[in-house]
Amino acid sequence: MEPILSRPRYGKLAPAKGRAHLAMADGEGAGALLDLVAQAPDRAGFLAALHVIYVPGPGGLDRGEEVSRLGAALCHRAPSLAATLPRLRKVLADAHMGTQVYLAGSEGLIGQALREAMEAGLPFSAVQTEQRGSLARRVQCVHCKGVTEEVVTDPFRCSHCGLHLFVRDHYSRRLAAFQGVNIDAEEPGQVPLPVVRFA
Amino acid sequence: MSGGTPIPVVVSEVTPLNDLVTRFRFRRRDGLPFPAFSGGAHTVVEMDDHGTRRRNPYSLMGDPADTAAYSISVRRDDAGRGGSLYLHRHVRPGSELVLSHPVNLFPLDLRARKHLFIAGGIGITPFLAMIHQCLRLGLRFELHYTARTRALGAYMDDLERQHGRNVRLYLDDQDQRLDLSGLLARQPLGTALYVCGPKPMIAWVLATARDMGWPEAALHSEEFLAPPTGAPFRASLARSGIGVTVGPHQSLLEAIEAAGLDPPYLCRGGACGQCETDVLACEGRILHNDHWLTDAQKASGTKIMPCVSRIEGPSITLDR
Repeated sequence: MEPILSRPRYGKLAPAKGRAHLAMADGEGAGALLDLVAQAPDRAGFLAALHVIYVPGPGGLDRGEEVSRLGAALCHRAPSLAATLPRLRKVLADAHMGTQVYLAGSEGLIGQALREAMEAGLPFSAVQTEQRGSLARRVQCVHCKGVTEEVVTDPFRCSHCGLHLFVRDHYSRRLAAFQGVNIDAEEPGQVPLPVVRFA
Repeated sequence: MSGGTPIPVVVSEVTPLNDLVTRFRFRRRDGLPFPAFSGGAHTVVEMDDHGTRRRNPYSLMGDPADTAAYSISVRRDDAGRGGSLYLHRHVRPGSELVLSHPVNLFPLDLRARKHLFIAGGIGITPFLAMIHQCLRLGLRFELHYTARTRALGAYMDDLERQHGRNVRLYLDDQDQRLDLSGLLARQPLGTALYVCGPKPMIAWVLATARDMGWPEAALHSEEFLAPPTGAPFRASLARSGIGVTVGPHQSLLEAIEAAGLDPPYLCRGGACGQCETDVLACEGRILHNDHWLTDAQKASGTKIMPCVSRIEGPSITLDR
């Protein structure tokens, strides 16, 4: 079956022509960064123009040491995406056209960082993305609007209002989240057993 | 007529701006307000040039919110097929013409954080309307405008006086050159680039930006092509069961219209894609002149844009 249109599609990071390169990754996204640098025809030149921001992934998976050893001109490790969002915004606000943006790792990180890039005026099609590692989803409860991070089962309980939510493939680029809809609205209490779908 | 219901207009002002460029201002004959448009839109002006019907696209250059009048600026093309010459020589205040509804193939991308305009010569016209829109919406913009001489740089004085800080002018005869790579290198992330002017200039600007890593989605350009002249040929319109001869100074689209058909079109300049037509057979070689078809489509020989393309050979059969 064709995935629904709003379902994001990811590619493979590849070095693009540009005067500056901004790469952000979490968790297993480290592997995509390593591959990205390995592909650069002029590795030293690419690294000299590369700014990396790395955070641990879902479940705390941290390959920050490997990322640091890449030798990027600037490598910043932060404890979480939330902690480093102000930095990302500042970097984007100071960047110039010709800067290439690369995002890798969980869908949650890719979606939220892409949202920042779009907010900075970059067309979303200009940002390269590669999903690696955990498929855990960032889900917005359509009822209370609360966002639950790292959702791995379907259904799951909204961490804000407690409703049992069915996780749809319907994705919002604006919210950087999938949509979660109450699964037992018609027959309260009739909740299917949660199945791990997004490991 | 494509492009919505035709709007009958009367010419209210004719203002020569320099040796080559004249501004025409139009009022509606029915007294109604004009449709509002957006910066970058054009209108197709329909003229009856002593028996030859001409329809040429011109960018609307006034304030998009001003629905009392439309204005265009026309550069006289002495080597052209005659549309601009007709406007320059025969159209006076009081002349009656017909305009199409506005069509925009060159709009502002309102998601961008800054708008960078690069104009060459008469390519300034869409930017005049865009600047009005930027001012109204409080958008950040910068205009870089090149012309051969100050006298040929239409609106340079007005632009400098009204938007001095946002405008840079470059005159060839003063040996002032646009430092394009320097300009592109210092644009903040989120800048959209718009270029309008002579073909080599557009190609230069787009190629330089791509080479510097500007994303395709941030690059916008507009160039209306005039239909090139060529040897006459026959066109069979299979669905209508008629045949037409395309004259040396006539476009295929004009020949089809002259035969009484009303095929779709919008820009008549090879840019919008509306008039795309299937080719059923072709005795000869299609001379593709448009910006619309992909290289693969052009090579396949199964499509033609009759507004600007013709053939070298005796005949073509179209699904029209």
